[in-house]
Amino acid sequence: MQEFFQQLLNGLSLGSIYALIAVGYTMVYGIIQLINFAHGDVLMVGAYVGLGMALAGFGLVPSILVAMLVCAVLGVVLERVAYRPLRNASRLAALTSAIGASLFLEYGMMAVFSPRTRSYPVLLPDKIYNFYGIRIATKDFLILGTTLVLVVFLQYIVYRTKTGKAMRAVSFDKDAARLMGINVDSTIAVTFALGSALAAAAGVLIGIYFNAVYPLMGLMPGLKAFVAAVLGGIGNIPGAMVGGILLGMTEALVSGYGGSMFRDAVAFAILILILLVKPTGLLGTRVEEKV
Amino acid sequence: MAKLVSSRKLRYYALATAVFFLLGVLLSGCGAPQKQSEAEKIKIGINYELSGKVATYGTSCKNGVVLALEEINKAGGVLGKQIEVIVRDNKSDTAESVNVATQLASMGVVAMIGPATTGDVMAAEPVATSNRIPLLTTSATAPTVTFDEEKNKVREYIFRICIIDPDQAMVMADFVWNNLKLKKGAIMMDTGNDYSKGLAEKFKEYFEAKGGKIVATEGFVDTDTVFKPQLTKIWAKKPEFIYIPAYYNQVGLIVKQARELGIDVPFLGADGWDSPELVSIAGAKALNNTYFTNHYSSQDPSPEVQAFVKAYKEKYGVEPDSFAALGYDAGRLMAEAIKQAGAADPQKIRDALEKIKDFPGITGKLSFDEKHNPIKEVAIIKMVDGKQELVTKLVPKR
Amino acid sequence: MKEKNWFQTLIIFIVLFAVYGVVQLGISENLISDYYQTNIFLAGINIILAATLNLINGFTGHLSLGHAGFMAVGAYTSVVVTMKLGYPFPLAVLAGMVFAAVVGFIIGLPTLRLRGDYLAIATLGFGEIIRVILVNVEYLGGATGILGIPRLVNWTWLFWGTVLTLVLIRNFVRSSHGRACLAIRENEIAAEMMGVNSTYYKVLAFVLGAAGAGFAGSLYAHYFYVIQPSKFSFLLSFDILVMVMVGGLGSLTGSCVGALLLTVLSALLQNFPEFRMVLYAVMLIISAIYRPQGLFGDKEISAQLLSRWGGIFRATSRSE
Repeated sequence: MQEFFQQLLNGLSLGSIYALIAVGYTMVYGIIQLINFAHGDVLMVGAYVGLGMALAGFGLVPSILVAMLVCAVLGVVLERVAYRPLRNASRLAALTSAIGASLFLEYGMMAVFSPRTRSYPVLLPDKIYNFYGIRIATKDFLILGTTLVLVVFLQYIVYRTKTGKAMRAVSFDKDAARLMGINVDSTIAVTFALGSALAAAAGVLIGIYFNAVYPLMGLMPGLKAFVAAVLGGIGNIPGAMVGGILLGMTEALVSGYGGSMFRDAVAFAILILILLVKPTGLLGTRVEEKV
Repeated sequence: MAKLVSSRKLRYYALATAVFFLLGVLLSGCGAPQKQSEAEKIKIGINYELSGKVATYGTSCKNGVVLALEEINKAGGVLGKQIEVIVRDNKSDTAESVNVATQLASMGVVAMIGPATTGDVMAAEPVATSNRIPLLTTSATAPTVTFDEEKNKVREYIFRICIIDPDQAMVMADFVWNNLKLKKGAIMMDTGNDYSKGLAEKFKEYFEAKGGKIVATEGFVDTDTVFKPQLTKIWAKKPEFIYIPAYYNQVGLIVKQARELGIDVPFLGADGWDSPELVSIAGAKALNNTYFTNHYSSQDPSPEVQAFVKAYKEKYGVEPDSFAALGYDAGRLMAEAIKQAGAADPQKIRDALEKIKDFPGITGKLSFDEKHNPIKEVAIIKMVDGKQELVTKLVPKR
Repeated sequence: MKEKNWFQTLIIFIVLFAVYGVVQLGISENLISDYYQTNIFLAGINIILAATLNLINGFTGHLSLGHAGFMAVGAYTSVVVTMKLGYPFPLAVLAGMVFAAVVGFIIGLPTLRLRGDYLAIATLGFGEIIRVILVNVEYLGGATGILGIPRLVNWTWLFWGTVLTLVLIRNFVRSSHGRACLAIRENEIAAEMMGVNSTYYKVLAFVLGAAGAGFAGSLYAHYFYVIQPSKFSFLLSFDILVMVMVGGLGSLTGSCVGALLLTVLSALLQNFPEFRMVLYAVMLIISAIYRPQGLFGDKEISAQLLSRWGGIFRATSRSE
């Protein structure tokens, strides 16, 4: 029983990492229906910026803030250069561009900083709590807490502010939104800035959590976040969180009970089953088909 | 509307400029290798994983090779000629490895160094063999790379500089049984990696032959970053040690997370552990009570090793890992073989490589056995407060 | 009109045989170096992959990210047939295609009722499941994969294999089945209303695409000596998708040109090992921005179009 609870906890901490990335991912995704393949790589850039700050002697909070700022700018530039010219083109053209942007960030970083793994200096007290044999580290709380705060914060922005209203309008119908006097370009730019800043925060936290920063670090988390976002229902922020945590728990339990060799296969199979039962994701709303 | 048109025009100008620029760059690049004045140089082809999933290891190897060959050029080259180093990236992809090897062969290289992984070497092998160009790999550890078991025949043109999987696993099994006196262990391996799986299999075989018991075997994949589920499961079986034949970036995370879970038994590993990053990822304290097999130690006080470590740090700004050290030895060994061959002729270089005796590499004295594998001592290294300590050197009993 | 078609077919055949003969001569007389040969073969295999993916993504309009998985099935099946069972290569190719088609059917039937990105994730998931299974089956070499595969593919196989694939896809698209697929792409509900059994046609296109990928896989395995599960990851599926999109969704000509272009580009960039992938990435972004519909959009270069171009370039004014 103790092992089971430890596994649940392991899954929760893994899942909250996926959730942290998925939340930023799903926001951009929900507003302009773009599979932002480069999201994981923006995260990687954020981790590098945070690492640079930390090595220069700054603490956790300034490192995260500067990384968020730099990546917000990066996100806006990316949107302006690689995505905006394609806004009225097919979604797949935007996907090509996104794949290009992703490769560019990965290999540009590799060319400049070499592919080797770097690690963070100690920014957090590394404390471990022991409840009846079940062990939790401080950083697990940090990741889960950050994710929860971000979800609340984003829900507030999207549903309670004017910018959020504009975002929802743009997501619903760009042309109608423009007719209503909404500046579509700047709304999308703000969305990208926000999404990229979140990615940067996730990047720094993940860099600290694993103590490892390298140019391809965003690839797999990016994919898993995409899966989590789709699983939760595209564009649904709490859905992304639920999707991420569910994915993490599934992976942990599969590894824990027999199938570590087949983990990814079983995890994907469960996801596909869920999608077959609920074709629009866990919390997604059914879109009416129009003829 | 007028603005729209002009901005559109501008875009096309920009596109045209970009295309012309790129075409120019590409064409100039194509032309470069065929320059006649370069014919006086001895060409060595470097085929490594510089991008893609094992770029970290390929880049380290390449850095080592390039450093060695540059030093040799600075010292006057070999046979009175300079060495031209042709570096190519195979994207960690077997088809690209074939592609790069054929390109190198058609450029007239006298020898190839790399790739780093078994699959990529095996893809380049037919190209090297059919063109009769010797290929020296730094780190492909599967026995089949140099020896065709089906035909029971050595692959004539393929050589390797690293210790093969069975040797490392055997030495570690001996060490655990005789020195640490542990009887019950667990294995954690990278299931997507042949190096890791090969070592795990061999270790299990040797250790159980001695009467030991492997109580759990768990796998992970190379992109994993959370290992607690597998560790929790292993720990429930109460092993006395855990063998992790994997690369340092995963090992660092595994050891760190294991200590967080309160797993306090010794961790054991192989040459993939050797990197300055291991300590920075896992933390010096977590790494206490861990041992691994290796070719050499970067903390070895011998002047050759220290000169290499210094030169590498100066050129690349980081401490070398075992891949870089193997690359460095590969570069110097190849130059030595060319010298002994007396001519920049692939066939003669191959024959010279076969005859190499006690080559003083920084990763140990090296001679090739009849299967083109190096006969080397295996060092056992213990981590103490983030520093490597040499415990003992053992010769694998084959 | 009928006579003219016959004439066109003849010309096309003459051109095909000429291309085949010239390259065959070049290879047997050693005028084409091994390096160029390797890239020609790579391009051919990429053309098959791109064209068959286009059948699913471009002509039927379903975003599939599992093409690498089908290629893996074809590659492994054919290698098992030639190396482990010892049957001749043609049988191996057939087995690879059939097995890939069967897997395509098993995957396609349940997932094709999903839409858009949900379908994309499901196919991506299946591709990864296939890869994980391959890693864990010791009979298939596990993570090491299968090494030392004999090179059984020659120029004749590659060239006529590619041509045959393209002709079959073209004929399929122009048949009533293909028209049904196009109708589904344009508007699935409307197509259903017109009596098109959308599930049947979606699965049909998916299975054909999978068989084609299996074909490409068996050619790949018997040319490049080594197959490993890691090769067939989701990144390969994205690579193929990029070829389709650079060429143009729904254009076979586009798929050929896209695959050819990216293969050549990748080969040229070999000379810049440090910046190879960065330059490749920049080219992708540039091509997406300047030709978002792909080089050919959904247009084809056909004999008719060529003869029309012989006039006063009416074709270009039409496409504006």
